[in-house]
Amino acid sequence: METAVFYVLATIAVASAVLLVLFRNPVYSALSLVATLFAVAGLFVLLNAYFLAAVQIIVYAGAVMVLFLFVIMLLNLGHSEALESTVGRYRLTGVIFLCALLVAQLTAVGTRQLRGPVAENEALRTENVQTLGKLLYTDFLFPFEVASIILLVALIGVVVLVKRETPETT
Amino acid sequence: MFEIDWNILLPSLVVAGLVLVVLCVDIIRPDNKGGVSGYLSLLGVGVAIWVSLSLWGRSPTHGLGGMLFLDNYALFFNLIILAGTGLTIFVSTGFLEREEGGRSEYYLLILAATLGMMLMAAGADLIVIFLGIELMSIALYILVGFFRRRTDSNEGSMKYLLLGAFATGFLLYGIALVYGSTGTTNLREIELAVAQGRVYTHPMLLGGVALLIVGFAFKVSAVPFHMWAPDVYQGAPTAITGFMSAGPKAAAFAAFFRVMVASLGDLSGDWSGAIWMLAALTMTVGNLGALSQRNIKRMLAYSSVAHAGYVLVALVAANERGIAGGVFYLLAYAFMNIGAFAVIVALGRKGDENLEISGYAGVGFRHPGIGLAMTLFMVSLAGLPPTAGFFGKFQIFSAAVEAGYIWLTVIGVLNSLVSVYFYLGVVVSMYMRQPVGQAHAVSMTPFARVALLTASLGTLYIGLAPTSLLQMARQTVSALL
Repeated sequence: METAVFYVLATIAVASAVLLVLFRNPVYSALSLVATLFAVAGLFVLLNAYFLAAVQIIVYAGAVMVLFLFVIMLLNLGHSEALESTVGRYRLTGVIFLCALLVAQLTAVGTRQLRGPVAENEALRTENVQTLGKLLYTDFLFPFEVASIILLVALIGVVVLVKRETPETT
Repeated sequence: MFEIDWNILLPSLVVAGLVLVVLCVDIIRPDNKGGVSGYLSLLGVGVAIWVSLSLWGRSPTHGLGGMLFLDNYALFFNLIILAGTGLTIFVSTGFLEREEGGRSEYYLLILAATLGMMLMAAGADLIVIFLGIELMSIALYILVGFFRRRTDSNEGSMKYLLLGAFATGFLLYGIALVYGSTGTTNLREIELAVAQGRVYTHPMLLGGVALLIVGFAFKVSAVPFHMWAPDVYQGAPTAITGFMSAGPKAAAFAAFFRVMVASLGDLSGDWSGAIWMLAALTMTVGNLGALSQRNIKRMLAYSSVAHAGYVLVALVAANERGIAGGVFYLLAYAFMNIGAFAVIVALGRKGDENLEISGYAGVGFRHPGIGLAMTLFMVSLAGLPPTAGFFGKFQIFSAAVEAGYIWLTVIGVLNSLVSVYFYLGVVVSMYMRQPVGQAHAVSMTPFARVALLTASLGTLYIGLAPTSLLQMARQTVSALL
């Protein structure tokens, strides 16, 4: 069962990743990326990594993708006629999402015991969120802090690149 | 919980604190145009160098949950990186005022990149190394595009970002495969797992190693992953180009050497062939590419590709002498290359950076000091005695011979000969060509003079009295072998 689900999810992930590259319309590409992200979330569920799956859907498939679509539409990268003529295709993509979500949910309900991952990882065995939180603040405290500096630098970088220059420097 | 050994964290902590202080100064004094931040950064870099030196020679330890090493290897690279950062800040002070009006974010980003590099050199876990690379890269992407009004600066930044993100993907996938096959990202545990054969599937591990090599090869700009280098080096603000060619390259090599030799050393039979090819290609393509360049920044970009090839020879040899030689060479390279870029900055003017090699005609007589310094750097980059470049190359090539890689050495020496042509082309232009047009006054700030003098003296000192530094380089090797 898990093997079958794995192959279904993996096929969806890879196929939509390929489509992402092949589509000419950036909106399609963005949407197939969503499909990939959902399928990967399903794979996380298969590995009992529920927290990761939830984060994947909320952060990537949700927030990041909305941002992508906003940018694409603000810059008007997708030609408007292409957008109008392909509303029908949205439904197809929608069906794919739905299938992915369905599969993800089914597997979440249906699978209990899986062959252990190669790397015995505590976070995957017990209470996901607690273990993850504990690990982040003990073993991985240092990388966690470094990540926060990276975010700070990225934030400053954005300000540097878009800040209006003061009159006397122009 | 684990006990925190603050010594392990100290060098990075100094720089991280400095980042935050500079940030606060920028908020309190937004009108300082980077002046105050520049002095503060210099002071902080000095403190970090002092801290690194004072920790030198202790027995190697690791800490913070096995995330960071404190050993001579990391400290030596700290010195290279901090020297590069310090020299860059010296060069930058006058440069920023001339070009676009400084902003103190500039120094903050340089320091953030420095922190990233130090983490790469000290990282004991692939995750820390990866985060260090990202911290450095993000800061560099922004620094390359710091002159927002210049299209070439923007173009360089964009290219660097896109290709860098692509390379990051390779690196991360490599880390994932190594994790998948060994069950850990900790460098020491990977070493153990490989040594004891506790590997899930061998092909998976090798796939991971291959992807790691691709990721690192991009960061050190080895052929065929060098395509970004000429455009990025040309487009970036000149002081940043000098910065990029010294510290980040050294840091990428630090992580590359540590991962390949210390953790995956038992697999060297599998990877040394690939690195051999990379080294041979990198030296040849880099030097041949530099031959036809008219723009000095572009020429030095290809030269930096070629120099990555020389250091890769040290990685192929992977013996004590080779690693010490590679580490030593990266130190020498930092001094001579930033020195060369300091000269380029000094000879540029606002709005006209004067980057054509033909534009250097007559410089040797109009500005004897600058001409002499540039000659020294070019001779050193070409690897002629009695400079730092000669001694570093000598160490690397003799290590390769010792390890039995005769052909690679032959290729390397032939490449050095080719490189003499284009390095000395600059010198010929400076001393033997008739200058065209008006002579321009060169105004160097005292800071830029200090940078030029330090780089010149460093290049000479390393070449003439290499013993003590080479001794230090030898002491780093025990961390890896």
